[in-house]
Amino acid sequence: MSIDLSRRDFLLRAGSGISAVWLSTHWPAVLDAATHARQAAKSTAAPRFTFFTPEEAAEIEAITSRIIPSDDTPGAREAGVVFFIDKALGTFAADSQKAYREGLPEVQTRIREMFPNLKKFSAASSAQQDEVLSSLDESSGNTPQRNFRRGASANSFFETVRFHTIVAFLIDPESGGNRNGVGWKLIGREPDHMFQPPFGYYDKDYAGWQPNPADSEKTKA
Amino acid sequence: MSLDLPKYKTSDEVDFVVVGSGAAGGIIAKELSTNGFRVVVLEQGPYLTESDFSHDEMKVLGEDLLTNKPKLQPTSFRKTPNEKAKPQRALVYGRCVGGTSVHFTANFWRFHEIDFIERSKVGAIPGADLRDWPITYADLEPYYTKVEWEIGVSGLAGASPFDPPRSKPYPMPPLPVKGSGVIFERAARKLGWHPFPAPMAILSQPRPGRSACINCGFCLAFGCEVGAKSSSLVAAIRVAEKTSRCEIRPNSYVHRIELDNRGRVMGAAYFDEKRNVHVQKAKAVVVCANGAETPRLLLLSANKQFPNGLANSSGVVGKYLMLNSGGVATGVFEHPLNDYKGFAVSRLVHDFYELDHEKVGFYGGGGMDARFDQTPIGFAMGGLPPGSPRWGKGFKDTLANNFTRTMELFGHGTSLPVESNSFSLDPDLKDAWGLPALCLTYKDHPDDIKLSNWLSQRAMELLDAAGAKQKWAPTIGEQQFAVHLLGTCRMGTDPKTSVINPDHQTHDVKNLFLCDGSSLVTSGRGQPTMTIEALAFRAADRITALAKRGDLA
Repeated sequence: MSIDLSRRDFLLRAGSGISAVWLSTHWPAVLDAATHARQAAKSTAAPRFTFFTPEEAAEIEAITSRIIPSDDTPGAREAGVVFFIDKALGTFAADSQKAYREGLPEVQTRIREMFPNLKKFSAASSAQQDEVLSSLDESSGNTPQRNFRRGASANSFFETVRFHTIVAFLIDPESGGNRNGVGWKLIGREPDHMFQPPFGYYDKDYAGWQPNPADSEKTKA
Repeated sequence: MSLDLPKYKTSDEVDFVVVGSGAAGGIIAKELSTNGFRVVVLEQGPYLTESDFSHDEMKVLGEDLLTNKPKLQPTSFRKTPNEKAKPQRALVYGRCVGGTSVHFTANFWRFHEIDFIERSKVGAIPGADLRDWPITYADLEPYYTKVEWEIGVSGLAGASPFDPPRSKPYPMPPLPVKGSGVIFERAARKLGWHPFPAPMAILSQPRPGRSACINCGFCLAFGCEVGAKSSSLVAAIRVAEKTSRCEIRPNSYVHRIELDNRGRVMGAAYFDEKRNVHVQKAKAVVVCANGAETPRLLLLSANKQFPNGLANSSGVVGKYLMLNSGGVATGVFEHPLNDYKGFAVSRLVHDFYELDHEKVGFYGGGGMDARFDQTPIGFAMGGLPPGSPRWGKGFKDTLANNFTRTMELFGHGTSLPVESNSFSLDPDLKDAWGLPALCLTYKDHPDDIKLSNWLSQRAMELLDAAGAKQKWAPTIGEQQFAVHLLGTCRMGTDPKTSVINPDHQTHDVKNLFLCDGSSLVTSGRGQPTMTIEALAFRAADRITALAKRGDLA
């Protein structure tokens, strides 16, 4: 299924669920928004960086590729994570520019400290890269925070890159990240804009609501 | 749209200014304008509509598209009044036309009879000032029915043996069951509980201009792109505008209620988008700014006659804040539920609504729902089992397996009204307009913590009965972040211990009314919006009667 068309598909298939009044009122605006989103998504696919130099981009891509590695399924690289981060640093994540400007050189320093014959992160082996990132991951072992708005304090560069990698990998593809929807495909999130029940394994044989057994009196715990 | 929308001049004395356009403000504006009054709604947030909403988690959550802006509106927190509060993100509320009803979960439980008379039933509780409401469930019942029919609630009457009496069935059937609902229903029955289809303010059948729910999966925290979620925006504001007597004025931040020399309200002062100050004149003002901003506005409006804050002769404005207690547990199952599809909740139980406090050893009660309300990024950041890898292959594999196989149980419970729990003005911290910021002071009553733990144990018990492959419950800690904002200008007949009378009129100022979460006397069982909306319908009736009698002049 094409991600580009998911929003239009949703509208075309919506006949049963959406009233004609709603469609006639909102069609132009929604179509306009969908067109805009598709163009935005296309434009980010062109590999031009606005914040990173090509050299920096290669280093960032190497880091993000250890956070969500590529194996028999696509990872950060295939999702175009570095392009989304580059764009984000000029927009909603502008506050993090400093973290990248100061953090990336520190990573390069760290790799030279740990592996004196290496000059940059991207030149290291996967195992070496993981060793470096482990040394930067101060909060490993912490219980995950439920709400990412509060959880992602992004104090350190590594936390910032980890958060941005996850965002870029799993955001709605219409927002310009999660290229070709590979992130959603990995986690099993279908790209459609509307769904019909049954939704999964457990509700597919549900026989319908049956009243609760009658009780002579209301139970109390 | 070719509606004839009025534009009132600020010098034109309208009948009512309504501050805030959320769950309460939207309904009050609809009712008053339908009853023939000229109304201006001043909303601090922007006027967004369906085409502005999106599934972009960074825009909606990361940039606070629909909610208060921490950068412009900083807040502080402390546990007790003796401490110096520290700047900290302390609350979230809807900041757009429609308010919090635009992004809420839409669980629409009625309060039960007990919620209004609990003090009489359980007696005094040390460390709290639990009180009966001056109105009863029977007084509010017709208005609950009004919410269900006029705003749009789906559900199944009679499905829960614990339900209070009702005068009419729901106007439409419940939403479809989700995988989490089926798992929950089967396990709850094993345990002898009484699961039932969730009453939700989401359409299961289309209404004029609004689609039925299309199960898109971006529900809690997001605005509905098809008008299926019964927000004030789609279900009340649009009706108000059709009267041609109601002007919605967005980007209008009210910071002071103005009095005339007789001590009567004469209008509301606000900043427009360019931060110019205007005063909209009105015969009466109804403040529906939510349980944090309503008391703040009264405190900001202190004057010679009311040095401690407007309508605050009692001194209780901002106090007795209740956030609701709760316990959560998460389970991972063998097969995909795909519970990301659809709205959040399809099944719940009210078996614990009224716990026998002598048996369990604490006061309180609650309900419990089965849900999945996490979006992909949020899930990756916080939805994996404790101790899961945070990056690398292990992280990726867990994410790939768990997203479709995870569900949550959410126990929602009472909070006790404690005087020191409050919203007040921070003495130092200022917002972007130079006004004192909100300070949250909160320490859960020990009974609320006990109830939360109890609910969390029941949730684990259910996951056990359901055969979850993996289950966990976060440790219950003291709350320091506010979502439900209740009780801060509570209703009562005694002007010494309450702020508004049963007509929502402030005891101190005849033509000033308050209606929102701040009006609540008790917290209910964790789903307050239905009651806030029923109160709003009732308040509009009362205010209309008073105005028609000439009692506000």
